[in-house]
Amino acid sequence: MSIQTLTREIFDVKDLNLWYGDHHALKGIYFPIQKKEVTAMIGPSGCGKSTFLKTLNLMNKMIANVKITGEVKFDGQNILHPKTDLVELRKHVGMVFQKGNPFPQSIYDNVAYGPRIHGIKKKTHLDEIVTKALMDVALWDEVKDRLTAPALGLSGGQQQRLCIARALATKPDVLLMDEPTSALDPISTLKIEELIFELKEKYTIVIVTHNMQQAARVSDKTAFFLMGELIELSETSTIFSMPKDSRTEDYITGRFG
Amino acid sequence: MMEKLLLPAKDRLLKSKSSRLDGEFRGKLIVLLCAAIMISATIAITIFLGTKGLQSFTKNGISFIEFLTSTKWNPTDKANPAYGVLPFIFGSFAVTFLSALIAAPLGIGGAIFMTEIAPSWGRKILQPVVELLVGIPSVVYGFIGLTVLVPFIREHAGGLGFSLLSGTIVLAIMILPTITTIATDAMSSLPNHLREGSYALGATRWQTIRKVLVPAALPSLLTAIILGMARAFGEALAVQMVIGNVRDMPSSILDASATLTTIITLNMGHTTYGSVENNTLWSMGLILLIMSFAFILLIRYLSSRRKLR
Ligand SMILES: Nc1ncnc2c1ncn2[C@@H]1O[C@H](COP(=O)(O)OP(=O)(O)OP(=O)(O)O)[C@@H](O)[C@H]1O
Ligand SMILES: [Mg+2]
Repeated sequence: MSIQTLTREIFDVKDLNLWYGDHHALKGIYFPIQKKEVTAMIGPSGCGKSTFLKTLNLMNKMIANVKITGEVKFDGQNILHPKTDLVELRKHVGMVFQKGNPFPQSIYDNVAYGPRIHGIKKKTHLDEIVTKALMDVALWDEVKDRLTAPALGLSGGQQQRLCIARALATKPDVLLMDEPTSALDPISTLKIEELIFELKEKYTIVIVTHNMQQAARVSDKTAFFLMGELIELSETSTIFSMPKDSRTEDYITGRFG
Repeated sequence: MMEKLLLPAKDRLLKSKSSRLDGEFRGKLIVLLCAAIMISATIAITIFLGTKGLQSFTKNGISFIEFLTSTKWNPTDKANPAYGVLPFIFGSFAVTFLSALIAAPLGIGGAIFMTEIAPSWGRKILQPVVELLVGIPSVVYGFIGLTVLVPFIREHAGGLGFSLLSGTIVLAIMILPTITTIATDAMSSLPNHLREGSYALGATRWQTIRKVLVPAALPSLLTAIILGMARAFGEALAVQMVIGNVRDMPSSILDASATLTTIITLNMGHTTYGSVENNTLWSMGLILLIMSFAFILLIRYLSSRRKLR
């Protein structure tokens, strides 16, 4: 599954529906995602942002009683096909969670985890990957002298950047981020936003956020979800200056939600 | 209610001698008393066992070194008594470690099965099985061992059947529920974000278990094993029924043997209080007590490491 197509769309979602048991959590979503762009997803709590994000790497599949219909094409291939290789998909589509969740292991082992399970054994090669990933997230200078120290000894912001490094170490094409800064202080948040800006050069990023300014600052496209529906998806500058749907406007201006 | 609220704040908020405070005091007194009784009972047992256990060395003049290192045990020989308990210490440690060697992989495997592989139906079947194993009294384990296991080993492996091996197997089954229960708790209390983090990186279920979950739960898993070993070390009845109870050092796993606990239970009935032989039994009891303190210290150490993680 290597990137071959020349289209700009890395994900193409068509008529996606998702049910948790009886609960219809995603309703007929059409959502193209462009390569090397940052797409932000906003919307009130419970509207299905995380659910949509977790469909892109099929983390949803592990929950009992989930039913998914429609089409989610990654690089031209529908990943909802029952024979999809989850390991291969998740190598290409990495994920960063709301709360930094390092493994209770050393800093080095955390970053090396992905490459190791995907078969890289050579120490020099691993060293190279770990160093590069930690540099990419601007954590290298802070931890280079204590790579063997436990990752849980890092601060919250450092842990979150470590988790981003851990995701980058598997060399994904896409990075999914679910409210990556909601548990962080303003300075750590700023660092992660700067990081997103730099990562955009190499990766496609989809980010969920409750922070309008953050969406406006970091993203190229913004999607507004409401009660399981994708209400509006357009250029970030457009959606924040002249939204087409009145519900989008209401939400952005804080009139509800 | 209403009248109370109408009282000035001073009357409501300052402590008065109400029945509520009396109840508070009585409750405090009761739990304090319970704690005091528990603590003094433990201290009393320790002191008693300490003084009694040391008497064979202080009063009867048995050499402490000989006691621990000699393999000759013959306290009833009037002319030339020998007081070496090394075979029994060896027997105790042998059955403890060997049974843990069998029960630990089984118990931890069962725990992983219940929490990670088949959390719904696996747990529904295994949980009652484990609870049932806990409820069976040790005399029944010994009895089954005696009627099924001992003849089986005699026919298929050789020897008398009464052997270290029989004792090990019976103990392994007896400590299996201890290990399984604690290991299951340890695995299921691992936060779910560890699993998610691993799967999101493209790990398989097996890789997640082996490289993230088991290492994260390791201190608790070791605690489970040590608690199982503590139980095996102290078990007397079931082992005594199948191990053969001979005073010689076993030379193979099929040889009959004895442990500290089995020698104590076998001999305490026909020795008189205060006699040399009786005192040596107390010394063996002291060794058991010291070992159980050692197990507790080990568990403490492990749980302090768990907090550091
Ligand atoms: N595992 C699950 N089982 C059943 N229902 C779920 C599950 N996960 C989410 N839901 C439901 O699906 C809906 C969408 O949830 P989702 O987590 O996607 O919302 P969200 O937009 O990410 O909200 P938030 O901003 O609070 O994170 C909610 O109504 C939620 O209750
Ligand atoms: Mg969410």
